[in-house]
Amino acid sequence: MAETQSIRADHLAIATRVPEGARVLDVGCGNGDLLALLQSEKHVNARGLELSAADAGVALARGLSVIQGDADSDLGVFPDNGFDVAILSKAIQQMRRPVFVLQELARIAPEMIVSFRNFGLWQRRISLMTSGRMPGHRAWHDEGALHPSTARDMIELSTELGLEVVAMAPMHRNRVGGFRDAGLSRLNWGADEVILHLRRT
Amino acid sequence: MPDTGRIPLSEVQYLTLPDPLPLDCGERLETVRVAYETWGELNADKSNAILVCHALTGDQFAGSENVVTGRPAWWPRMIGPGKPIDTDRFYVIATNVLGGCMGTTGPASIGPDGKPWGTHFPVITISDMVRAQRAFIDALGIDTLFSVMGGSMGGMQALEWAVQSPERVFTAVPIATAARHSAQNIAFYEVGRQAIMADPDWCDGHYLAEGRRPGRGLAIARMAAHITYVSESALKRKFDRGLQDRDQASFSFDADFQVESYLRYQGHSFVDRFDGNSYLYVTRAMDYFDLAGRYDGRLAEAFRGTPVRFCLFSFSSDWHYPPQASREITRALAAAGAEVSYLEIESDKGHDAFLLEEPIYEKALAGFLSASADRRGI
Repeated sequence: MAETQSIRADHLAIATRVPEGARVLDVGCGNGDLLALLQSEKHVNARGLELSAADAGVALARGLSVIQGDADSDLGVFPDNGFDVAILSKAIQQMRRPVFVLQELARIAPEMIVSFRNFGLWQRRISLMTSGRMPGHRAWHDEGALHPSTARDMIELSTELGLEVVAMAPMHRNRVGGFRDAGLSRLNWGADEVILHLRRT
Repeated sequence: MPDTGRIPLSEVQYLTLPDPLPLDCGERLETVRVAYETWGELNADKSNAILVCHALTGDQFAGSENVVTGRPAWWPRMIGPGKPIDTDRFYVIATNVLGGCMGTTGPASIGPDGKPWGTHFPVITISDMVRAQRAFIDALGIDTLFSVMGGSMGGMQALEWAVQSPERVFTAVPIATAARHSAQNIAFYEVGRQAIMADPDWCDGHYLAEGRRPGRGLAIARMAAHITYVSESALKRKFDRGLQDRDQASFSFDADFQVESYLRYQGHSFVDRFDGNSYLYVTRAMDYFDLAGRYDGRLAEAFRGTPVRFCLFSFSSDWHYPPQASREITRALAAAGAEVSYLEIESDKGHDAFLLEEPIYEKALAGFLSASADRRGI
């Protein structure tokens, strides 16, 4: 079972940003790995939204409360300020309406933790420059990263939406660099993935 | 009821409620008998009881063969040792609903004047059914049910239980159901009721005293309703425009098409096991069901502060109680701050999918019950 798997580094990093006993919504919670971790380590009141009924079923069997649905259309089931923290882990670039989804998260919870692939990473910049092809594991037309963005793009959008960037952490080869509140240029150049801690202002 | 089975209806398990039952219509039933079945063992602190509620045409034989009609259990995939509703762990109870015709007091029962009630039976509601079940659970000495669950009308009862007695329900599992009957639901059941009442053998509702039964009307009612239980794609997959035992159309009103023959069979076989007046009363109870109605149309208010853990299921091709109806309940529960899980299962089997093989659904239900039982210390 999932319990025996090793805990993902980004999950551990996210957990450091979640207050003890918080009400947490994990959007795109998969089989509930992160929620289970937050439940056992931070004693949170954990809820999830997950598109795959099979994954949601696995999360149910772990005693988690999960609603099967699509973040693009089903976040409306959650009430205003129903949560303290909303988490969107490696999913925002796959959303059809990323702005709407971010606005919905900000409606549901005052604090958000959003992680995503950083297309500003220098290897990806060089890859595009030298190969003339979009960087990524998959073809540009596959499902997956529908909205490729850099860390700078995402932070600009967050600011436009009135969200404060509380902290950001780079992640590289499944290792998290620790949260800090400065050095965007370095982060945008060097981070494979980025975890943002955002707050409604 | 006709005597089609192996043992007469009077031989099924009964419990007579100790007190009269007040009804939403303002009347009360002096004597109510509840027919029931159980599976598994009640544990010492009586904390492992699951009440399984049946749908419109179901009965208390959820987990074992119907001893009256000889028909197989209606939920055999779910109830049994090692199955999702694990009878090695849980004590499973199913009752025939108030107004039903498999032994619980209903319009075919003998009324106070010594004759069958017929349409003198008071009009009942889902809430009345649940009140009768609660009196029954009281009589068993069970304080809190580990779970109340059911599909379709059974899901309405599970919701009603959670609203009426949230402190007596640990988990509720409403499946393929709705918090209110839609205009379309009411319309389809009205066709059924009119078919029954238009049958000359209905005798203004007192056919039992006359020794007659509105079989043709009841069969048509079942045929109309059955269409809503299956999806267009399932009908196409099973029958499409296939002809029944012939190579070409007969240019008559015989059952040329397989789908006609199938529906006729569904209607015909139903008449042998169901009472026409019960069909009127139970469909009426469903029409009147509107949980939010008691809360100025605000469904979330019905669940405000509920301690009950909910797990809802819907099926993508169900057009009788479509996923949207379950999603509305989920939204209300989330707004009320309830612990709610909801799965929409991808299926082309229509409303009836809740009774059929759907591996993700079965696994998820098993997981929810097992994790909840761990939490409950069962």
